[in-house]
Amino acid sequence: MDLFLQQILTGIANGAIYACLALAVVMIYQAIDHFNFAQGEMAMFSTYICWAMIAGGVPYWLAFFATIVVSFVGGLAIERIIFKPLHNAPVLSHVVVFIGLIAIFNSSAGAIWDHNIKTFPSPFPSGSFGGLIGLHEVGMFFVTLILLLGIFCFFRFTRVGMAMQAAAANPDSAELVGIRVGWMLALGWGLAAAIGAVAGMMIAPIVFLDPNMMLGILLYGFAAAIVGGITSPGGAVAGGFLVGIIENLVGTYIPAIGSELKLTVALVLIVTVLLFKPNGLFGKTIVTRV
Amino acid sequence: MSHLLEVKGLEASYGPTKVLHGLDFSLDKGGVTTILGANGAGKTTTLRAISGMVTRKGSIALDGAELTNLQTSDITRKGIAHVPEGRGTFVRMSAEDNLRLGSYSRSDKAGIAEDMERVYNYFPILKQRRNQQAGTLSGGEAQMLAVGRALMLQPKLLLLDEPSFGLAPLIVQELFEILKKINVQEGVSMLLVEQNASLALDLADHAYLLETGNIVISGTSESILENETVRRSYLGY
Repeated sequence: MDLFLQQILTGIANGAIYACLALAVVMIYQAIDHFNFAQGEMAMFSTYICWAMIAGGVPYWLAFFATIVVSFVGGLAIERIIFKPLHNAPVLSHVVVFIGLIAIFNSSAGAIWDHNIKTFPSPFPSGSFGGLIGLHEVGMFFVTLILLLGIFCFFRFTRVGMAMQAAAANPDSAELVGIRVGWMLALGWGLAAAIGAVAGMMIAPIVFLDPNMMLGILLYGFAAAIVGGITSPGGAVAGGFLVGIIENLVGTYIPAIGSELKLTVALVLIVTVLLFKPNGLFGKTIVTRV
Repeated sequence: MSHLLEVKGLEASYGPTKVLHGLDFSLDKGGVTTILGANGAGKTTTLRAISGMVTRKGSIALDGAELTNLQTSDITRKGIAHVPEGRGTFVRMSAEDNLRLGSYSRSDKAGIAEDMERVYNYFPILKQRRNQQAGTLSGGEAQMLAVGRALMLQPKLLLLDEPSFGLAPLIVQELFEILKKINVQEGVSMLLVEQNASLALDLADHAYLLETGNIVISGTSESILENETVRRSYLGY
């Protein structure tokens, strides 16, 4: 029973990270209609920036928030400089740019900070909560929960949040009420980069810091986004927790899979959902009129 | 009367296809002008050109200020509210959020609240539906919401694209009566595009007849009503 509870709690904690990445992916998907394959590498790069600041003597939380700001500005810049000119470009152009971004972030992280695996500090005390789950996992869960709540309130209750929703839902009408849609898209990129940065900094103490740290995690993030429904931010978050729990339970209770083949679970989930419920659990069907 | 909007040599195209071939027209301050014409004559495109939603050439000036180099959101902020074809409401948001977004470019909180009440006065049904998702409104309600959202901008000029489209005759009548009232009470100038020519000429004081991207006849509504060609082709008597 303890093992079961343990796995559920760990699943929820990991799920919070997947939820963040899924939310970031969904936000960019709503803006440009494509999966941002470079989301993980962006988050990894942000985490390195935080690590460099901490290594340079900056206190943890100062480095944490500074990284969020830097990532936000970076995301904004990526949209303005790279994706704005690609606005009407075909899908393949986007895919190539994503691959390019992955290569750029991955190699420059390795070039600047070398490829050795590094430990990343946790702001939370070591030890565990009732022997069930590490205190870092508990802290990670609450940090991401606060972030997700903040994002929800931003979209629900602020003027700019509403405008971003309007711009994603109906760009023409949004322009017609005076919303500068281009900047709303850039803002979406900035927010997505910032959310990804938080996910990266929170998961790094567990998976350790190296240029490839986000590869597997982003896959879980994609699975979460697809399970929840790529058109639904709330669904993506729910999908994140679901994927986290499923991944842990399957890894623990199905010996044939174990922790070695856990990543396959994400792929199986993606394929299953796309085959049987392509809109995900909470997504809406998109009907295109001809 | 001074001109609110002055359009000169307006050309517009979708890709390689030119749709407007150099229109010249002007709108009077406080007036209602209508553009008549058959399907494909370029009526909607004229409105879209004014709002900067299509590639365009020529000159469009609002109160003497040139608009041709601005993007849509900035043209909107200059005081041109466009109620697009098909209404363009934000269907997943509540009616009230739609109205609130209409005032997105304004920052005077008290004035916005006042205008919200004013819109609810013109369209009482919207007050009942305020928390309902815009996508669940009936066609007439959605059109009223679209007009209400445009009014929240405190526009100088309201562009109306086929407001009667797909609505029951009684609703159309109600809507046009309210539009008349808005024109008189708020002093909002309007440029109306309508399939229903007699309806449009009833509300408008000036009219232009558009044929394949050119203005062929223009004048006061009375003179247009008496015009043989217009009567035969567009009014059917």
